[in-house]
Amino acid sequence: MLRKLVIFAVILAVIGAAAFWLITMPASVPASALAPYAPNLENGARMFHAGGCASCHATPKQEDKTRLGGGLALKSPFGTFFTPNISPDGKDGIGNWSEADFLTAMWKGTSPDGSHYYPAFPYTSYQRMKMEDVRDLFAYLKTLPPVEGKPRDHDLPFYLKIRRLLGGWKFLYLNGRQFQPDPAKSAEENRGAYLVNGPGHCAECHSPRNPLGGVIVSERFAGGPDPEGGDGWIPNITPAGIGDYSQRDIERILETGEMPNGDSVGGPMAAVVSEISKLSNEDRAAIAAYLKSLPPVKGPKRP
Amino acid sequence: MEGAREMIRTGLAVAVLAFAATALVAQSDPIAARKALMKANGDQNKVATEMLEGKRPFNVDEAKKVLATFAEAGEKAPALFPDDSKTGGDTAALPAIWENKADFQAKLAKFAQESKAASNATNDLDSFKIQITEVRKNCGGCHQTYRKRTS
Repeated sequence: MLRKLVIFAVILAVIGAAAFWLITMPASVPASALAPYAPNLENGARMFHAGGCASCHATPKQEDKTRLGGGLALKSPFGTFFTPNISPDGKDGIGNWSEADFLTAMWKGTSPDGSHYYPAFPYTSYQRMKMEDVRDLFAYLKTLPPVEGKPRDHDLPFYLKIRRLLGGWKFLYLNGRQFQPDPAKSAEENRGAYLVNGPGHCAECHSPRNPLGGVIVSERFAGGPDPEGGDGWIPNITPAGIGDYSQRDIERILETGEMPNGDSVGGPMAAVVSEISKLSNEDRAAIAAYLKSLPPVKGPKRP
Repeated sequence: MEGAREMIRTGLAVAVLAFAATALVAQSDPIAARKALMKANGDQNKVATEMLEGKRPFNVDEAKKVLATFAEAGEKAPALFPDDSKTGGDTAALPAIWENKADFQAKLAKFAQESKAASNATNDLDSFKIQITEVRKNCGGCHQTYRKRTS
C-alpha cells in the first residue's frame, strides 16, 4: 500500500515537474518565420515614437533621446528594474541581434540567450504588434548611435531572480495574439486601438494590476494607484474618467501635454507626450477616437 | 495739496498693508499660496489656448497678461517651498523638490525669465503662438520630476 502511494507520488511529481518545465519554457520566433523584407525606416521611427522607447531606454538626464544606453530606474511593488541598453552597440546593446532575436524579445519576452524578460518590459502589449512594424522598428533602432556600457542589474528579492518562474507569469498573461481589428469600430478607431494596445502600451500604466502584477482585464484603462509607489494616482482614461474631454481635448493633450483645465501633464506622461507629439495628427486623432469609443469603466476607488 | 498728500499717504498705507497681507498669507500658508499661483497659470493658459484655437478673439493685452501671470508664478514660487511645507494641504509637491532645490529654483527662474522675454516679443497672434509654445515647454520640466502623479 505504502509502496503504491510512493510510486503514485513520484509519478505525480514527475508529471508536475514536466508540466512546469513545459509551461515555463521560454518561447522564441524562429528565423525561418521571417520572409525577406525591405524595412521602412520612416515607419520604424513612427513605431519608435508611438512606443515611447526613449522614455525608458534613453539614459536619464540626457538631452539626446536617441542614445539608448538605458539605466532608468523603474520602481515597482516587486523591486526596482533598471532598463537595459538597446542602442546598436555590439557588446552592450542589441547591435549583434538578428531580426528573429528582436521579434522574440518583442513578441515572446525572451532574450537571445533564451531566458525570460521581466514584464516591466511591456511585451504583453508588444505581442500585438504587426511583424512589419516590429521589423521596421528594429531597422530604425539600428540607425541610432551605439552607446557603450551596461546598466546595473535589477534590484529584486532573491526568489524573483529565478527567471524561469516568469514562464508561469507568461502562461497567465501572455497569450501571443496579434492585434485583430474590431469590425464594429471605424477604421480610425481601429488604428487608434492598434496604437494604444500595441506599440503605445497605454494600458500598462493606465490599468490596475493584481497582486501577481497582471493587468486586471475587466478594469483595463481605468487607472489606479501609482505602481511606482507614493500616493500618486494614474488617471482613468476610459470615458468614466475623461468622458468630459472632447476629441480635440485628447488630441491636444497628446500633442502639447495641455489639459482642458489649462494644467499640463506631469510625471512619466510628460515624457510620453514628448514622443507622441512626433506622430502625425491623424495618428493622434485615431488614439483619441479609440479612447472615446471605450466603454466607461469604473476602476479602483481613489482614496 | 493737503488732500492729495492725504490720498498718497492712504494709498501708500493700503499698498503696504496689501503687500504685508500677501506676504503673510505666503508665509503662513505657502502651500495654498503656491497652489493659487499654479491655478492662475492654468486659468490663463486656457485663455491662451482659446485665442490660439480661434475660440476667443486675439487681444494683445490679454496675451501679455497670460505671460505676466506665468512670470509672476516663476518669480514668486521659489519662496513658497520652505522646508516645513513638504506635506499637508493636499500638496502634490514631491520630496524631489527639496532634494534638488537648486535645479528646481533654476527651472522656475528660467520659466519667469522666458515668460517676460516672450511678453516683450508678443505683438500679434502669430508672434504670441510662437512665443507661448516655447514658454510652455517649461511646464513639463517641473511637472515631470517634481509633481506627484495625477495626470
